[in-house]
Amino acid sequence: MSSSARPDPAIAISTRDLTRQFGDFTAVDHITFDVGAGEVFGFLGANGAGKTTAIKMLIGLLAPTGGEGHVAGFDIRTERPEIRRNIGYMSQRFSLYGDLTVRENIDLYGGIYGLSDAQINDRAHTLLASLGLEGSARELVGRLPLGWKQKLAFSVALLHEPKIVFLDEPTGGVDPITRRQFWEMIYATGARGTTVFVTTHYMDEAEYCDRISIMVDGRIAAIGTPGELKTRFSAVTVNDVFVQLARPVDAA
Amino acid sequence: MRALRFLLRKEFLQIFRDRFMLRQMMIMPVVQLLILSSAATFEIKSAQLYVVDLDHSQMSRGLVDRLQAGGRFVVAEASPSMDLANEAMLARTVGMILVVPPDFERDLVRTREARVQLILNAEDGAAAGVTQSYAAQIIRAYAAEIGAELAPSVDYAAEIGAELAPSLSSVGAVELSTRGWYNPELDYRDFMVPGILVQLVTVIGTLMTAMNIVREKEIGTLDQLSVTPLSQGAFITAKLIPMWVIAMFELAIGLLIARFVFHVPMVGSIALVFGAAAVYLVAALGIGLWVSTLAETQQQAMFVTFFIIMTYLLMSGLFTPIRAMPEWAQWLTEINPVKHFIQIMRAVLLKGAGVGDVLRPLGALALFGTVVLTLAVRRYGRR
Amino acid sequence: MNRGALIAFMVKELRHILRDRQTLIVLLLMPLVQVVLFGFALRSDVRDIRLVVIDPSPDYETMALRDRFRSSDRFHIVATPPSMVAAEPLFRKGTADAALVFAPDFAEQLGRGEPARVLLVIDASDPNTGTTIQGYTRAVIAMHEAELSARQPRLRIVPETRMRFNPTLESVNLFVPGLIALVLTLVSALMTAISLSREKERGTLEVLLVSPLRPWQIIVGKVLPYLALAFANVVTALVAAWLVFQVPFRGSLPLLLAESILYSIVSLALGVLIAAKTPSQRAAMLAAMLGTLLPSTMLSGMVFPIASMPGWLVPFTYIVPARWFIVIARGIMLKGVGLEHLWLETLVLIVMMTVLMIAAVRSFKPRLA
Repeated sequence: MSSSARPDPAIAISTRDLTRQFGDFTAVDHITFDVGAGEVFGFLGANGAGKTTAIKMLIGLLAPTGGEGHVAGFDIRTERPEIRRNIGYMSQRFSLYGDLTVRENIDLYGGIYGLSDAQINDRAHTLLASLGLEGSARELVGRLPLGWKQKLAFSVALLHEPKIVFLDEPTGGVDPITRRQFWEMIYATGARGTTVFVTTHYMDEAEYCDRISIMVDGRIAAIGTPGELKTRFSAVTVNDVFVQLARPVDAA
Repeated sequence: MRALRFLLRKEFLQIFRDRFMLRQMMIMPVVQLLILSSAATFEIKSAQLYVVDLDHSQMSRGLVDRLQAGGRFVVAEASPSMDLANEAMLARTVGMILVVPPDFERDLVRTREARVQLILNAEDGAAAGVTQSYAAQIIRAYAAEIGAELAPSVDYAAEIGAELAPSLSSVGAVELSTRGWYNPELDYRDFMVPGILVQLVTVIGTLMTAMNIVREKEIGTLDQLSVTPLSQGAFITAKLIPMWVIAMFELAIGLLIARFVFHVPMVGSIALVFGAAAVYLVAALGIGLWVSTLAETQQQAMFVTFFIIMTYLLMSGLFTPIRAMPEWAQWLTEINPVKHFIQIMRAVLLKGAGVGDVLRPLGALALFGTVVLTLAVRRYGRR
Repeated sequence: MNRGALIAFMVKELRHILRDRQTLIVLLLMPLVQVVLFGFALRSDVRDIRLVVIDPSPDYETMALRDRFRSSDRFHIVATPPSMVAAEPLFRKGTADAALVFAPDFAEQLGRGEPARVLLVIDASDPNTGTTIQGYTRAVIAMHEAELSARQPRLRIVPETRMRFNPTLESVNLFVPGLIALVLTLVSALMTAISLSREKERGTLEVLLVSPLRPWQIIVGKVLPYLALAFANVVTALVAAWLVFQVPFRGSLPLLLAESILYSIVSLALGVLIAAKTPSQRAAMLAAMLGTLLPSTMLSGMVFPIASMPGWLVPFTYIVPARWFIVIARGIMLKGVGLEHLWLETLVLIVMMTVLMIAAVRSFKPRLA
């Protein structure tokens, strides 16, 4: 695996025939795609389609059994430490410590990512202000309502200003208003030049993304801007596109 | 490493926020030492005796009195009926039955020998053996006494054609006196306390470590941390150090209680005790870490760890002596860190052993600890 | 009475347990391994006593006694230092168990017809072995005395000893009933406590509480599979004990199994109560260990006889369910007695079961309020 030639910096994430097998079962089946820097990329698919497995390979939690991939220009097989320094991650199961306060969680992740005390302090203030959580800095995270927890987790994932942030089902279980607010935060992040890689099974959220891909049974069934896909599949909404893809077309 | 500092802060914050746990950790050493050290004894206080005296002679009554005299035996009931005696034993009101046959005194005077029957409730195994040997001892002493009284009987001397000896009873007698070292009162507490302290330290070191790490796995924060630049070494160290500190702290409290509440002797160097504990904890924590790589849920972690700890504890010489185990089992205890630690604790606290005296178990501990920790860390890396 | 729902629930619980292969293996294998391992390894009789002999003036008489010790298969002589001072390091290192010290004029004392003096110094840091070593030493000396005075018969009262219920004083016979109690406690109380507190932590318990299932049904459904597991364990342990060690079984098997189930239910109820009162899994585990496991091993008479415990501690043992069960188990297995002798203990367990079960069901009700 060569790491001397740096892939195109305009491409944040790229995979070629990325595959993951568990025994006989192929969870991710030769997927190939690129995500450009600064894009808000929606990685869609039904539950069990292989999204979480794919994202785990990209962030270095799982080793691929075939194919290759690059994140932030680094090889996902051999350069995991470098990848880790350059990405942020918000996991599907809630990822902040419920028995620590808001501020303590921020401090922890700031320290882990190597920010100086002064930097942590600054960014904590900014973060709390932007979320309107200044008064809750000393609250135990476990006591916050779900929507606030999610927004906080997202902000903490961005604390160290990574180039790419991976969000795994970030809006599970929150109310529509909070979801909207969340996506506004995602947009703002994208606008700043951070690449946002979001997996979700809420098809309506896909409308907000720059580009989307739809996974069915471990393969990428379709990839493009929401508009392109709707045109291609003569659908009104992305959800319609998905329904068409998920129902296997009778083989002729 | 700076990240380590932040992680340690998080760990300690989490521990101190958990009020229930804190309370348990304060209570555990106190309760265990208090209750367990009092309960952990095999001393036989006194046995309830059922007397079936079919002779009713001066000598048979004398025998019964002698048995009671030492306080080791208390006559619960007496009757001529074996059936009643058996019932009493089944009903657990008596531990031993003494049966004196009808011609007891006559046989003694005429033939210099008589038999009695001792029936013991051997449910308790070893205890029965000890009771029996006490009874035999008292009976022998009694025999010697009456032997001395009967001796100056010229008729008897003529009968057996032997020379009169000044004290018939002590011819060919060997008098055994006993002294116990390091624990002259044969106090069980002094013996058990080091073991209980070891148990305390082990539970915290191994069980809590395993549960702690697996908890992060279960909640999902482990994944989150794995995606950060945090090195594995930092993560593991941050998990192990707090437990190590707490375990040493518990040991200190335990030693204080043992010393000042129970007056357990502490003859040897306390520094050596703590040094040995530090080495032992490497092994204990290593096992905890290793288990955490096997378990997906806290429930699993608890069970596997518990199984391991219990086996180690029971085979450690805490409850039954290692010297009594079959050869192969004794060899097995060489890979039992609990056994080595208990050995060191007892040697240092009760016998005043120095470093030179406990080099072997100390070395075994260090070796075991290093191996286990290395294996555990390696396993961890293979995720 | 929603029978269908209850059954569906129990099936789900059973599947759950069966899927957790690892824990299942540990739970089923553990009693088996322990019975075999401990049965072989845990003994109280010291077999090989390392003796140090200190004989300041060796001669025919002292050698005669020394030979007796040498030829005894319980002792072996590890060293013959010139004095106790020289022997001390051996004790400290743990390489000697006892020292036999002859008086300098041992032979002369015998010749004068006086009791000849011998001192036994034991490493009493283990009081248990200390007593045993004393006993064996006395036995060897008694044999020697008998030979010495063969020509001059002394008065002898010979006790014939019979050990009832456990003629060979096998530790394993003593130990199997206790092990059964331990395993039952472990599976019933500990498992239940952890499993329930896990559901509580996850929040799935609340889902159950809102379902048509009533609280007592939830408890029964959760608890029944563990009962079955505990039962399987008892049978396995008994079979192992019987096959490998020929542990006697003199009483009624159905009675023992019934009592085991009774005891299991008591432990289960205790486990449920603990789960209800603790805030997290970790806490439940610690509370269960402190509240069920520790008393069951230490205060139940399983390892340490209750008769030896100090007076103030004995009342505490009355509230330990295992204490009553061990009496029952030993009674049935070793003595072959039936309910006529065990009615009191059984009654106590029944009362405990009722009280604990009511408390357990009650503890779940407030959650709905």
